[in-house]
Amino acid sequence: MKALLAAVALTLCGSACAAEALTVGSKRFTESYILGEIVTLTAQRAGEARAAHRPGLGNTGIVYSALKNGEIDVYPEYTGTIEREILKSTQPLDLDGLNRALQPLGLSAGVPLGFNNTYALAMREDRAQALGIRSVSDLAAHPEVVLGLSQEFIGRADGWPGLKKAYALPHSTPHGLDHGLAYEAIAAGQVDVIDAYTTDAKIGRFKLRVLKDDKLFFPVYDAVLLYRADLPQRLPRTWAALAALRGAFDERRMIALNAEAELNGKSFNEVAKGFLGERPAQTPGGGFLARLFAPDFWRLAYEHVMLVAVSLFVAIAIGIPLGILAYRVPAVRQWVLSAVGVIQTIPSLALFAFLIPLFGKIGTIPALAALFLYALLPIVRNTYSGLADIAPGLRESAVALGLPPDYRLRVIELPLASRAILAGVKTSAVINVGTATIAAFIGAGGFGERIAQGLALNDNATLLAGAVPAAALALLVHGGFELLDRWLMPAGLRDEAVSPSV
Amino acid sequence: MIRLENVAKTLSPRFTLAPLSLDFENSTTSVLIGPSGCGKSTVLRLLAGLIAPDSGSVKFGEEVLQPGNAQDLRLRMGYVIQEGGLFPHLSVEANVALAARFLKRPEPGIRKRLDELCELAALSPALLKRFPRELSGGQRQRVALMRALMLDPALLLLDEPLGALDPVTRHALQKDLKNIFARLGKTVIMVTHDMGEAAHFAGELILMRDGRIVQRGTLDDLLKRPADPYVTEFVSAQRSALGSAA
Repeated sequence: MKALLAAVALTLCGSACAAEALTVGSKRFTESYILGEIVTLTAQRAGEARAAHRPGLGNTGIVYSALKNGEIDVYPEYTGTIEREILKSTQPLDLDGLNRALQPLGLSAGVPLGFNNTYALAMREDRAQALGIRSVSDLAAHPEVVLGLSQEFIGRADGWPGLKKAYALPHSTPHGLDHGLAYEAIAAGQVDVIDAYTTDAKIGRFKLRVLKDDKLFFPVYDAVLLYRADLPQRLPRTWAALAALRGAFDERRMIALNAEAELNGKSFNEVAKGFLGERPAQTPGGGFLARLFAPDFWRLAYEHVMLVAVSLFVAIAIGIPLGILAYRVPAVRQWVLSAVGVIQTIPSLALFAFLIPLFGKIGTIPALAALFLYALLPIVRNTYSGLADIAPGLRESAVALGLPPDYRLRVIELPLASRAILAGVKTSAVINVGTATIAAFIGAGGFGERIAQGLALNDNATLLAGAVPAAALALLVHGGFELLDRWLMPAGLRDEAVSPSV
Repeated sequence: MIRLENVAKTLSPRFTLAPLSLDFENSTTSVLIGPSGCGKSTVLRLLAGLIAPDSGSVKFGEEVLQPGNAQDLRLRMGYVIQEGGLFPHLSVEANVALAARFLKRPEPGIRKRLDELCELAALSPALLKRFPRELSGGQRQRVALMRALMLDPALLLLDEPLGALDPVTRHALQKDLKNIFARLGKTVIMVTHDMGEAAHFAGELILMRDGRIVQRGTLDDLLKRPADPYVTEFVSAQRSALGSAA
């Protein structure tokens, strides 16, 4: 009996077990991309599971919720971030302490990679010398220096707020900068001090001085793997391969890897393969055209089009009835129109941050939900105004013919409003092609993946290889709707000149 | 046939229709006339049930016009507005047959009725496939009349039906319309601001001003027995038009 069960289990397992999958996540900055790629390749080599990388999943909040929800199995993280951002611990914890606190969450941290990438403040060498600033404490005497800090640093408990308090810094909190752009800003002298990671490739390139953390404010940010606690049992061979990454790096090695991607223009995959001693496959690097038509082009195009098409379809299915409701029921009109208007003003990343916990997952579903919400306003507004703008004489003539409201709506009013409604749909579609680039921040793919990578690498060729096809797609969608407009428009509403016979 | 009983309606702070009663006999043609804003179109819209009175009632035969039965009663009225009110996305035929097709009348009957109406309104049947924008202004008003007559209503309400036409077309259509009304023997209530047109169509004129009826009577009554100095003023102001029509 036991043998039979085992045989059945084995048969059932046959295909499913071979398709056992491991999904690796990473955050939206160079080092995380590279480490994610190295972890993925290492897992693939173990030959036990299909390993896939979902790169650039926004910030800690997004990638962490992806891990918690089982969307990903493992991602490279830093002990300081786990301690403060994830566990919200007020006291320093070592790896054992972290694991005790992570246990109830079904997560584990392990495999210290061998380097500490902590936060640091950096200044241009010449400027630091001129002002005589060597440590963070020295900044307190120079309230005139201009800070250029990243949004994440400003927002984190272990970032600016804590630092300002610990060192009693007199500077007011500045507006956030994208970390990828901060180096350009400091090189151009627009800011004096930026936050940096100690393994940043650009510290050397831009001749920056890392200010000494003389009060030891910044916690240790040892790179480790944060993973779902069941991973070692589920995929033991894969896990053994990953565990071998312990101590495989040091700060200098990591800076060099980062520099290969950021300064030498290598792809993350190439850098990772180089690290693992593999010969890189075809080089997708090189010029803009090579990157534009890199092998992932059609996948990204497909993902992008699907994001726009599906969200638009749902927005049409719900937006047009909402517009009709606003037209027919004056009591709800302002509510409907204001609500879809307010949704439009919510910044996309804030909307994602709200939608991810709501759906309990990252990726396509919350991205579609956000795009759907953004597509509503033009469709609802144009449906409403298209109906409301029908000449009163026509509306009254339909009533006077004795036609009931539903029949009037279907046969008279909606066809008369069709041009306005279609224009609204077109606007939504074109806007959505642009907005869909943001979806890459939560792992939904599309051309935004290249834009996010380009931003993280500060690499304009990669950025353009994402932005140009997205713009081209927007033009294509626009043109497509122009054709659709001619095709769908009731013949009597087209404006070709026809001479009336008298 | 249809009558207003003590009907009052306030449309805006500046315009109120005073409580008024009006009775329209079967198979007569009446014309509501007066300057812009006198309330003549409002009376027509009340009769068609497009707006509801604040007080009083509209009776169609013995039935009181109410939101509940307005839709059914409207199938027994034809209504034509100044610009014709043709739906631009529907062909001439679809416009004319709209109500009949909504009522799911048999198609052969609809075709037969379309032929009759083309003949009656002197519209070439070739134009049935066209869209309204492919017609001249006069043709559009003929089509609007055909649409109003499709279900053979007992009552025809016309709001400045010729107001948007050039004088030549207008004159031709005035003659045709009068013949059609005479042939059909329907109750016709028409709104116009043109004295000549009013005199051309109606045995009975209803002159309105500021939401009140100033005088109701034949042209002769208005000329010789004016109820008010305003009647003489209005009639003489339009004398030239009157001269050509009368």
